[in-house]
Amino acid sequence: MKSVPKYLSLVVASVIVLVPMVVVLFAAFKTHAEYNSTGPLTPPRNWLNLDNFATAWTNGHMLRGFWNTTIILAVSLTGTVFVGTLAAYAISRFAFAFKRLVLGLFLVAALVPGVTTQVATFQIVKSMGLVNSLWSAIVLFLGTDIVSIYIFIQFMQSIPKSLDQAAMIDGAGRFTIYRRIILPLMRPAIATVVIIKGIAIYNEFYIPFLYLRSPDLSVISTALFRFKGPYGAQWETIAACTMIVILPTVVIFLLLQRFIYNGITAGATK
Amino acid sequence: MKPWLYVAPALALLITFTYVPVVNMIWYSFHYWDGLSTVMAPAGWDNYVRVFTDERYWQVFRVSLYYFGASFAQITIALYFATVLSFNTRFRNLFKGILFFPYLLNGVAVGFVFLYLFQPGGTLDTILGGHTPLWLGDPDVANFSLAGTSVWRFTGLNFVLFLGAIQSIPGEIYEAAEIDGANRWHQFRHIIAPGIRRIISLSVILAISGSLSVFEIPFIMTGGANDTRTFVIQAYDTAFQFRQIGLASAMAVVLLLIVLAVTWVQRLILPDEEVALS
Repeated sequence: MKSVPKYLSLVVASVIVLVPMVVVLFAAFKTHAEYNSTGPLTPPRNWLNLDNFATAWTNGHMLRGFWNTTIILAVSLTGTVFVGTLAAYAISRFAFAFKRLVLGLFLVAALVPGVTTQVATFQIVKSMGLVNSLWSAIVLFLGTDIVSIYIFIQFMQSIPKSLDQAAMIDGAGRFTIYRRIILPLMRPAIATVVIIKGIAIYNEFYIPFLYLRSPDLSVISTALFRFKGPYGAQWETIAACTMIVILPTVVIFLLLQRFIYNGITAGATK
Repeated sequence: MKPWLYVAPALALLITFTYVPVVNMIWYSFHYWDGLSTVMAPAGWDNYVRVFTDERYWQVFRVSLYYFGASFAQITIALYFATVLSFNTRFRNLFKGILFFPYLLNGVAVGFVFLYLFQPGGTLDTILGGHTPLWLGDPDVANFSLAGTSVWRFTGLNFVLFLGAIQSIPGEIYEAAEIDGANRWHQFRHIIAPGIRRIISLSVILAISGSLSVFEIPFIMTGGANDTRTFVIQAYDTAFQFRQIGLASAMAVVLLLIVLAVTWVQRLILPDEEVALS
């Protein structure tokens, strides 16, 4: 009996989280006439009415959005894994001057709110001639951050140094050790970083909004945002498009929960 | 020489896209510049004076107070559910997943979900019935609605961080406490709270810098209309609509200094060593 308030509070919180999304899901399956004549809490008559999804997909050029997002994800994630693991390899396996300074630079950078420095970052990206090219977003996502470095370093420390030494005796160079021994063993840490960063890049709005102005370069965030003006009176289409954007997140979350929780907590507790 | 080769790519990107912009930003902030012309006119402290005296610029600090207040609600709610779910609970993983999920959502999608919820005659009005305000249209209400949206979106993050911290406290401590006759409240007060002090203080820091750098939710939902203009929306408009790079840079420098000052104060109050659980 003591646990009634506990479960009640959990159920109320779940309802508050779910209802805003469920009503959008309802709207996404309604016809225009049905949307206008029924209340938001009424489920759609036909759960197989996919017309709104088709309209949203074609008129919103969502395929192009997903394609651009995929390119940005693939290139910048591959890059950031190499950039991050190489830096972590140097920090965890070599002794060199200013090591603490390097770590300090990454630590302080984490305090700089990214949205504010864009005023100046924009001028740099512009001077490189990358504005209105997918490379602008890629290059900005390519760098690594203190959280990824910590996740990599921590994992690297669990790989025995005797492995490195054994390989060195066999004549392997430092880079060969990184590529043949460290990198393959780092898979779980790499997966964590890729998933956390991948979700962040998929959800990023400000950078593509600022740098990828041309409609051909829309990513999913900006493609969805374009619905705001012209579709103001067609909520069922906007609802369908919102669901199209949310769906991949649901799938990723259900499949990769463990990695996501690990990545999130690893970042903050260090 | 060799190790530098390995950190070089990471360091080059960090310096090019974080440190150089910060230095440039400080330089811009003392000039009048439209971002295009090749000459910058020196401005002295004018841009900074304007940030603090022109009502349009400093009133955005007031808006951030709504989000700052909201983040305390967020931390409290997260702390409650993290504590509840750290004890044996049926459907624990389901509840954990539901509470956390909004944090993973695309910001534009969240904006649209809540635009739909707050529509006149929309979901919220249907549920509440009767006389309801214009959730986003009334300047007295709009900031509460937006801050509420922010709570919905970010509570999950705090919750999972707190839960992780609570679960890293060894279970024997609770058992020992229970044998000594401690109830749930005692356990929270004397075991959980001290054990997660560090993550709570980190969350408060993030709440301060977070509430000053709010952008997506108000930009997507109201575009800054009805007195919901935040610091970053104002800086964005100043830089990219009105092309006053100097003034926008001064705003960004002020924000950066506030964030650094807050972090510095936090480290004075709570140094790293203090976290050991006695």
